[in-house]
Amino acid sequence: MARAFTPKVITANHLIEGDVIYLTAADTWSRDLAEAELITDEAHAQLRLLDAHSQPATVVGAYLADASSGTNGPEPTHFREEFRRTGPSNYAHGKQEVLANV
Amino acid sequence: MYKYNDFDTAFLAERNAQFRAQVERRIDGSLTEDEFKPLRLMNGLYLQLHAYMLRVAIPYGSLNSAQMNTLALLAEKWDKGYGHFTTRQNIQYNWPKLSDVPDMLDALAEVGMHAIQTSGNTIRNVTADHFAGAAADEIEDPRPIAELIRQWSTDHPEFQFMGRKFKIAVGGAAKDRAVLKAHDLAVRVVQNDAGETGYQILIGGGLGRTPMIGKVINDFVPRADLLPYIEAVVSVWNQIGRRDNKYKARIKITVHEHGIDDIRARVDARFALIRPTFLGADQELFSEIKAHFSAPKFRADSTTPYDTAYKADPVFRAWADTNLADHRVSDHAIVTISIKKHGATPGDASAEQMRVMATLAADYGYDELRISHEQNVILPHVHKSDLPAIHAKLKQHGLGTANIGLISDIIACPGMDYCALATARSIPVAEQIATRFDDLKLEHDIGHLQIKISGCINACGHHHVGHIGILGLDRAGVENYQITLGGDATWSAAVGERAGPGFAYDEIVPAVERIVDAYLSVRDTAEETFLETYRRVGMSPFKAALYPEAIKKVA
Ligand code: HEM
Ligand code: SF4
Repeated sequence: MARAFTPKVITANHLIEGDVIYLTAADTWSRDLAEAELITDEAHAQLRLLDAHSQPATVVGAYLADASSGTNGPEPTHFREEFRRTGPSNYAHGKQEVLANV
Repeated sequence: MYKYNDFDTAFLAERNAQFRAQVERRIDGSLTEDEFKPLRLMNGLYLQLHAYMLRVAIPYGSLNSAQMNTLALLAEKWDKGYGHFTTRQNIQYNWPKLSDVPDMLDALAEVGMHAIQTSGNTIRNVTADHFAGAAADEIEDPRPIAELIRQWSTDHPEFQFMGRKFKIAVGGAAKDRAVLKAHDLAVRVVQNDAGETGYQILIGGGLGRTPMIGKVINDFVPRADLLPYIEAVVSVWNQIGRRDNKYKARIKITVHEHGIDDIRARVDARFALIRPTFLGADQELFSEIKAHFSAPKFRADSTTPYDTAYKADPVFRAWADTNLADHRVSDHAIVTISIKKHGATPGDASAEQMRVMATLAADYGYDELRISHEQNVILPHVHKSDLPAIHAKLKQHGLGTANIGLISDIIACPGMDYCALATARSIPVAEQIATRFDDLKLEHDIGHLQIKISGCINACGHHHVGHIGILGLDRAGVENYQITLGGDATWSAAVGERAGPGFAYDEIVPAVERIVDAYLSVRDTAEETFLETYRRVGMSPFKAALYPEAIKKVA
């Protein structure tokens, strides 16, 4: 039996900055996971991934990452995605730095 | 130091101009990522978890103060104020923007540095003994050979698209400080019975998912035969190495599958074919290169300031005891500057620290610096009378840690804090182990003990050859750390043995502590090192310390 489809977001790195970005329902790219479109349908996920791949001048390496629905939007389900949305643990660099300066 | 000639300078300028144009075409959309990726990798540019990463070669770990100052400039101007020195004597910048990289490469070119062949399936940055040119036990400075190999391999048309990467290390001393036996090919300067200098060649070492210890393919290659011999080895492997499976593509697998005798026969045949095409230009080049590496004029002076400080200042004495090594000139010393302050990221240096080290090299060290595969920085030539002043300056900048060879002198790869391939973090594990043993004030009592940590099976942190090796894995979505014991990165190289089931992130530091407690209680004398004890008593006391529950169950 095929595995049940689990919710996903589309994520990638930005071509110039190289930082982590997420595809929103409005077809824009956000640096905040909470703003990402949480995709619950497998066919829709494949279509959205094709959309992402068709923007090589903006994004690099788009893929589907597991996520769950949280109170403020999608949340990571694996520690790798948790690090990607936060930044490294040895310095307050990356997204945590940007958030601290908001 | 090797100085670029007009050819080198022009070559590098052209490469940088080509890459600048490639970056422009990627940004304007005329190159896809699939087209661009091999081009950026050829120039040392990776894409990691949070950003791009630029890997800059420090050939055989040697640099001067101007080059170190440029590394500081890159950190400050285009990165976040620091750089990470790696086990392959490279430096990695974790935060460059794609559009800035061409400018970074141009700045490097001004001091004769580049990022070429720090990635991709090529012959990578050649590494060497970090005490090269200074060690008391040296037969011959390995750097001229390393430079010859660098020039021969850079852009070598036959070796740009191989089945996999190829790593070469060179050592020139009695002691192996370059992990020769974990390289695809290692060159060791030796002398034969007739007193002639030549090279012992080892092949087929490597870590990664299938760790192997290198084997001797030739005990003595005469000087003039070295390049054709290496070319014959790489060429045989390039032809018969497996290209069907990237996990079986490294030469270690080729040697394993064919046997060293079969490979030797093939290499000999290939060598016979190509040797006549080497007409001596390589030897002329070698003499030219050699002249660049002549030793500085070592100054003579009294060592009284050193002796006085050693007697009077216990902090200086502790540092001198751990961080100095014997120089071939007796009133000089080799200084290893620890960039492993307790609790800090192993191998990271800030721009300010890089400048301090550059200034010390310029003022006291004949303008020479080295980077070690153990992720520290070395002042290879220092007159002993200057040591107190150097130590005082280092202390002011968080560089005075007295821990070389001790439990907090940990090798750690970037792991999941940066690396896209990682399965777990390594840096915080290293930070916590160092902090813990510093708090316990135990590390000088424990003595020589090397911990090496990798964040995935690729083994960039050399965990297989750590006395205690730690490998971070992802077990069902949780970080899990496997321990190996008894690894050895020297001439008596050995791959560590797995201790048993792994430990969770918050259990790994206590587990290391139990191993160390077991060692302290079973060692014969305070002089018996961890590795010696392990070799004498084997795994069982450590297993008992790591898994007390299992012992209870059996009982
Ligand atoms: C962060 C980006 C990095 C990536 C993507 C990366 C990737 C890899 C991969 C895929 C391998 C295995 C190659 C194979 O078995 O064929 C490897 C091996 C190795 N890497 Fe890295 N690495 C990275 C960083 C580093 C760093 C920071 C160091 C030094 C601290 C390093 C040192 C090594 C060494 C010494 C090996 C040799 C293991 C062997 O002999 O196979 N790498 N790396
Ligand atoms: S060992 Fe793995 S996690 Fe560590 S740097 Fe290498 S590839 Fe990355």
